[in-house]
Amino acid sequence: MGKGIAITGMGVISAIGNNVEENYESLISKKIGITKISHIDTVHKNDIMVGEIPTTNSVLETQLGLSPDSWSRTSLLAVIAAKQAVTNAGITDINAFRTGLISGTTVGGMDKSEQYFYEYFENDKTWHHINGLHAGDSTQKIALSLGLKSSFTTTISTACSSAANAIMLGARMIKSGQLERVIVGGADCLSKFTINGFKTLMILSDTYNTPFDDNRKGLNLGESAAYLVLESDAVVAKENKKVLAYVKGYGNANDAFHQTASSDNGDGAVLAMEQALKVAGLSPDSVDYINAHGTATPNNDLSEGRAMNRVFNGKVPDFSSTKAFTGHTLATAGAIEAVYAVLALQNNVIFPNLNFRTPMQEFDLLPETELKQKELNVVLSNSFGFGGNCTTLLFSKEA
Amino acid sequence: MKKRVYINSVGSVSAQKTFENTLFLEEITSYNDTTMGVINPNYKDYIPPAAARRMAKGIKMSTVSSKTALDEAGLDNVDAIIVGTGLGCIDDSEKFISAIIDNKEQFLTPTRFIQSSHNTVSGQIALGIGCKGYNYTYVNGATSFESCLIDAMIQLQLEEAENVLVGGVDELVPHHVNTHRLINHIKKIPVESAHLLASKTEGCVMAEGAHFFVLSEKKQASTYAELIGVRTYNILAQNQLAQTVTAFLKEHELSSDAIDLVVLGYNGDVTFDPYYDLLAKGMFADTAQAYTKHLSGEYDTAGGFAFWFASKVMRTGTLPAVAHLNKVAITKPKTILLYNQYRGEYHSLVLLRQC
Repeated sequence: MGKGIAITGMGVISAIGNNVEENYESLISKKIGITKISHIDTVHKNDIMVGEIPTTNSVLETQLGLSPDSWSRTSLLAVIAAKQAVTNAGITDINAFRTGLISGTTVGGMDKSEQYFYEYFENDKTWHHINGLHAGDSTQKIALSLGLKSSFTTTISTACSSAANAIMLGARMIKSGQLERVIVGGADCLSKFTINGFKTLMILSDTYNTPFDDNRKGLNLGESAAYLVLESDAVVAKENKKVLAYVKGYGNANDAFHQTASSDNGDGAVLAMEQALKVAGLSPDSVDYINAHGTATPNNDLSEGRAMNRVFNGKVPDFSSTKAFTGHTLATAGAIEAVYAVLALQNNVIFPNLNFRTPMQEFDLLPETELKQKELNVVLSNSFGFGGNCTTLLFSKEA
Repeated sequence: MKKRVYINSVGSVSAQKTFENTLFLEEITSYNDTTMGVINPNYKDYIPPAAARRMAKGIKMSTVSSKTALDEAGLDNVDAIIVGTGLGCIDDSEKFISAIIDNKEQFLTPTRFIQSSHNTVSGQIALGIGCKGYNYTYVNGATSFESCLIDAMIQLQLEEAENVLVGGVDELVPHHVNTHRLINHIKKIPVESAHLLASKTEGCVMAEGAHFFVLSEKKQASTYAELIGVRTYNILAQNQLAQTVTAFLKEHELSSDAIDLVVLGYNGDVTFDPYYDLLAKGMFADTAQAYTKHLSGEYDTAGGFAFWFASKVMRTGTLPAVAHLNKVAITKPKTILLYNQYRGEYHSLVLLRQC
């Protein structure tokens, strides 16, 4: 029986709010963050919808005391969310315990790299962005902003399961005794790179995304940053910390089917969910709510739905995808949805799967479409990515 | 009780002819340049030509290197695949960006975007061997590869896996080189391999490579060494280095005297090589010293080459003269320490023991 790893702080910035409280308010009042794109000048602006954070770079820079055009938007969002998490955990001396940082990102500083790709050779005022193409650069900026020195820091990039995998690694590093405390999560901003990339894959919806609906047309890209603080039992006891929830189980598996598509029967997803339950020492019937990956692409929702049916033997617990609120925030999806899972546990609520009208033909799964009050003890969260990467996290009220 | 971790096989594609796994730097390729590409194996021996046609070079190099490692370990499959890369298949990323700009976001095709995903190599290896196990990709600058080692050790020690394939890969591509030349991260003036450390100029000689290893909980005939410990540090001040190394060794109940060979990450950058001098002229002044970046060049996962090098030294019991940094003789080293950093950040310590 696995013992959970304590979550003692969290922070988030997304299209539906600049902090945890605002995100929660939006989730319970059905306030969605999907709009036309405003910060990026793309030729696709009239045929896509996105989950864009309204705050401009210049406002974020002012908030962080940076001069204009200092950092990639990914780093700006990341530092804001990570600082919230550390403050929320009541940490005053970041180096007091053996503290690590694990961040997930897919685009890193791509927003600046694509902007200055040719200009680098003409304008030396852009040169501080050259190294920002390294995904690790955003992580180092978070680490230095938090005051982490001589610390274990790393970056994970497994596409849309990156931050989920950061949470999983953080839990394992505390379990193995390598770290006493770790800040885990991820950050990704919108970029032309991802907009055009997903456009070529023809999985972008031209309207509001509709997870698990038979007429779903694809995903809305989003941007966000979200971080959580995990602490060992010894630190929690010593500091008399309030525990928000626990990372109870985790599993990562590979679909080994296709570079960008999920297998028809969701083999990787089944393995990830089963492994997470095994690590937690829980049976499927102890899961009270599933926050699904539910990107609203034809492929994902079919594959994930079949996988849920397999793991839960046809008795799938209440489930919903919150991507209709935020869009698919790529690397960060696993972290922002971890925050939502903790909020669900704290408030005993299931967030609605918005925009659902028509059940899928392939199975009789019906997501929760209204806010539902229910005593929750265990929440399962899925995140799946390119490269066949499948991750499941289990969050619980009790250790 | 902690389980032991063994390096059971190696695979390398680098600026030296290392893809022939039976060799160990008997034949040295010397460069007089500011960049070094890999010596390419005959990829057709490993990858069907139709598949290789649009395949990113990072995937190709990794296919060869990982297959070499799997073959030597006598394995068709593993429980986990963990890959480190500073920039992934960046040639595809750069071509996708330039196509977006040049074609005004029109007429794009998905292949380059798909291969731009940092985890494309770990995903492709999993697809190739049908591995449904744990699959991670670390992208943390010069500690990308070392992050893999840390993760693999946890896998084996927590008994999450029995055999783990770990690797590091990075590509050398024009736009990346040209932009990093602008900011003096790459040398402006060519330097001869043998004189790298005497260049006294800013920047490194940038290169590429792919290194894979099977780490296992069980020792076997092919075992090279035991991996004792790995730690990374996001930043370290020069005045903290010696105490950090001492503390790391102490965690493993060792003192600096117990180290038979120290492999230092000197890359010829006059600004940051002093970090290595601190150890070479300090606590390890009387210890045999080696360096490898005149052979491999510098890249985010050049630590993979140093790890390959140390494994080979352990297995053969000999230190190739070309990599020997000082006059302290050594045969059959029992304990090897590797220290690397890049531009004063991303420090790592790796400890190997004979077994």
